[in-house]
Amino acid sequence: MATVFIPAQLRELSGGLQSVELEARNVRDAVEQLDVMFPGLKERICTDGNISPSLQVSIDSVITSRGMIAKIQPHSEVHFIPAIGGG
Amino acid sequence: MTTTQYRVIGSRPVRHDGADKVTGKAIYTADTKLPGMLAGFVLRSPHAHARVVSIDTSQAEAMPGVHAVITGADFPNVEDKVADLGEGSVNLSYLSSNCMAQQKVLYRGHAVAAVAATDVHIAEEAAKKIQVEYEVLESVTWVLDAMKEDAPLLHDDLVTDSMGAKAEQPSNVPVHLHFEKGDAAAAFEEADLIVEREFRTATVHQGYIEPHAVVADYNEDGRLRIWTATQGSFTCRQQTAEVLQIPLGNVLVTPCEIGGGFGGKITVYLEPTAALLSKKSGRPVRIAMTRADVFEASGPTPGSFMRVKLGAKSDGTITAGEAWLAYDAGAYPGGMIGPGCMCVFSCYDIEHAVVDGYDVCLNKPKTSAYRAPGATQVAFATEQLVDELAQKLGMCELEIREKNAVKEGSRRVDGPVYPPIGLLECLDALKQSDHWNTPLSGPNRGRGIAAGFWFGCGLKSSAACTVNSDGTINLLEGSTDIGGSRTSIAMQLAEVLGLEAEDINPQVGDTDTAGYTDVTGGSRVTFATGMAAYEAGRDLQQQMRTLAADLWDCSADDISVGEDGSFSAGGKTVGFKELAVELFAAGEHLVGRATVSPECPTNGFGAQIADVEVDPETGKVTVLRYTTIQDAGKAIHPSYVEGQLQGGTVQGIGWALNEEYFYQDDDTMANASFLDYRMPTMLDVPMIDTIIVETGNPDHPYGVRGVGETPIVPPPAALANAIYNATDTRMTELPMSPPKLWKAMQANQTSE
Repeated sequence: MATVFIPAQLRELSGGLQSVELEARNVRDAVEQLDVMFPGLKERICTDGNISPSLQVSIDSVITSRGMIAKIQPHSEVHFIPAIGGG
Repeated sequence: MTTTQYRVIGSRPVRHDGADKVTGKAIYTADTKLPGMLAGFVLRSPHAHARVVSIDTSQAEAMPGVHAVITGADFPNVEDKVADLGEGSVNLSYLSSNCMAQQKVLYRGHAVAAVAATDVHIAEEAAKKIQVEYEVLESVTWVLDAMKEDAPLLHDDLVTDSMGAKAEQPSNVPVHLHFEKGDAAAAFEEADLIVEREFRTATVHQGYIEPHAVVADYNEDGRLRIWTATQGSFTCRQQTAEVLQIPLGNVLVTPCEIGGGFGGKITVYLEPTAALLSKKSGRPVRIAMTRADVFEASGPTPGSFMRVKLGAKSDGTITAGEAWLAYDAGAYPGGMIGPGCMCVFSCYDIEHAVVDGYDVCLNKPKTSAYRAPGATQVAFATEQLVDELAQKLGMCELEIREKNAVKEGSRRVDGPVYPPIGLLECLDALKQSDHWNTPLSGPNRGRGIAAGFWFGCGLKSSAACTVNSDGTINLLEGSTDIGGSRTSIAMQLAEVLGLEAEDINPQVGDTDTAGYTDVTGGSRVTFATGMAAYEAGRDLQQQMRTLAADLWDCSADDISVGEDGSFSAGGKTVGFKELAVELFAAGEHLVGRATVSPECPTNGFGAQIADVEVDPETGKVTVLRYTTIQDAGKAIHPSYVEGQLQGGTVQGIGWALNEEYFYQDDDTMANASFLDYRMPTMLDVPMIDTIIVETGNPDHPYGVRGVGETPIVPPPAALANAIYNATDTRMTELPMSPPKLWKAMQANQTSE
C-alpha cells in the first residue's frame, strides 16, 4: 500500500487525517480515490483535470514532471507540495 | 565521500569561452547589430500606483526618425491562463501586463509605452512627447501594510487562494500556504526553552552586471527572431509566443553571452515589446535597459516579515518550530513564499513544526528568483534562533547544529524525506577547518556560523555531439552559460569518451538547433545538462561499437568499452580518437545525442564561518575572514565551484550589510543606481576561502549536485551571529548597515 500524505490545508476535508494508505497505479488513481474518501479534495489540487500548476507531486522524494500519469509503487510515499523555481 | 579518480573531472582546464570574454570578442545582446536596426526606448511610469486615464502618442509618432510607437493597446488580450515554464509557472495575463501596463501602473518604472526610432536619443525624445494622463492612487510598499484590510488594492479581482479554497473578499494576498508536521503546539508546551523573534529583510536586487537587452526582428512571413540576454532560450520563446499569441514554432530565440542572471533573467520584460515595435516598423529593433530601469522594472527578490519560534529540550534537541512568513510578491502574484516556507526548517530535524506563509502584492516591481529564492530570508531568522538556543543552553553553536542537523531519512516540514545528503559532512569540514580552529581575538570582534540549503532540480536537458574527422567533438547544448557551464558539460563528455576537455568544442545553440533545454537555474545545468552530455557520449559509443564490428569483422557484443573510453575486442584496443578517425575514413560520420529529465532534487547543503569587526563609533562592519563550505557532490571543475561559492557568498554579504531598496514617501525608489545601491566591491570583502565537500550524488553518473544557489543562503545569518558575538546586539533587520547597527547598539546599551 502506498502512503499518500494529505496536505495540511486539506485536512479539513479529511477530518484531520494526515495520511492514508491506498493501492494506486498512478497519481490520477490516487487523486480519484482521495476524492471519493474526501469529497472536494480533487477540486482543491487539480485544474482542468491535471495537478494545479502551483503544485508538484513528490513520489519517494522525487519531484515528478509527469503529473497525473506518474507511477506510484506499492510502498511509495506521495506528497503534494508547492511548485518552486530556482535562480 | 567520493573517492573515484577521474582523468578530466576534477581538473581545471582553461574555459572554452575564456579568450573571447577576456579580449572583448564575446557577443552580448547589446553588441548585436542588424541592417536597418532601430533603437527602442520604453516610457515608464513615474508613479507607484495609478490608473492610466489616457495615452496620446500623436506627437511622438509625428517626430522625424520615429518609426513605431506602441502602448498596452497593441498587446493582444491574453487570457487568465497559467503556463508551465518548466521551472515554475506564470499567469500569462500578469506576464503581459508586466511587460506593458494596461489600465493601471503598479510600480514606478512600469512600462506604459515604447518607441522605435533611428537612434535611441530620438526614441527617448519622442517618448517624452507621449502624453499619459494618470489618476494617482494610494500605494503601499511594506508587506504588513499591504496585508491590512484597508490597504489599497492592486488587483480588484484578486482573492486569497488557500490550496484551492478561494476567499470571498479581494485582497493583496494571492496565496496562503500552511504546513504542519507533528503537533507543534504540544511540543512547545513540553519544551524546556523557547526562543522567538520577529525579523525583517529589505528588497534587494540580483545586481547582474549586464542590463536586460534584446534585439527583435519580426519578418513579414510571421517569423520572429530574437537575440537576448536570457537564462533560458526555450522559456523565453514560450513566454514571448504566449504573450504575443503567435505560434511557438514561429519564434527563434538566440541566447547571446550573458552578463549574469542569478534568477532575474528568466522572465521576459523587453522581448514582446521589441517584437511588436519590429512588427509595426518592419525593421529590427534593439532595446537595452538602463541601470535605473533594471532596478525599477526588473525583478528584485522579496522583502519580508518573519516571526519564527523554536523550542528545545535542555540537552539541545530542537523539538518544535513555528514560522509565520509574509513575502513581497511585487506587483503581481507569484513570489518566493513557497520555497521560503519549505526552507525555514530545512537544515534541522524538527519533529513538530507548523509554518504559515503569505505571498503579498504591493507597489514594487514583480519579484523574481534570486539564488535560492526565498531561502536566504528564512535562514537569517532560523540560524540566529539556533545560535540563541545554543547560547542560552550553554552549548557551542556548532554542537547544536551537529546535534540537530538533517540527514538521510529526516522528514522536511513539507513532507518528503531526504535521500543521502551532506549537511553533517559540511559541519564536520567546518569543525576541521583552519578558520574554525584559529582563535579570533581583539575588541569588537566576533565569529558567527550558519548553515544553508537549496533543493536543486533536474528538469529537461538535451545534448548532441558531432564527431569531426580528426576525432574531436562539436558539442551542441542549450544551457545559457552563466558560470562556465560549457566547460563543465564538455568535461563530462570528455571523461566518458576518454578525451581531453580541449578535444570538445562546446556551443550553446539557439531554439532551432539545440534540443529542448530548461532554464539555467535551480543549480541544475552541470547536473542535468552534464548528464545529457554523458548520455550523448554513451550513445556515441554504442553507435561506434556497431560500426566497429563491421571494421573488425566481429559482433558488436564482442566489443567492450573501457572506463578510459577505449574500445577493445579480440586483444585489440584503440582509443576513441583512433577509432573515430578510422570510421570517418571508412565513410561513417557520427552524431551522438541524448535527452534527459532527471526528477530528483540534488539537495545542496553548506555551512559558513564569518569573522567580523564592528566599529562602535559608526556601526560599520568589516568582514575580517570568511570561509564557505559546500557539498558539491562531485566538483567537475573545482575552480568554477569555488567561483560559485565565492560569488554567492559575496552577494549574500551585500544583502546582509548594505543592499536595500530605499523608498521615498511617494513609494518610488530613491536609489536606482549603483552609486546609491551599495553592492560590495573587492575593497569590501576579504578573499572568500572555500572548502568543497564531495559526498557524491547517487542520482548522477559522476555524483554532481548543484552548487550555484546555496552559498547565498547563510551569509546574513552568519554575519548577524558574528555581529552578536562582537557587540552583544542581536540584529533582526536586513541590511545590517552602519546606521541600523549603530542605533541597535545604542539601544542595547541603553537597555542595559
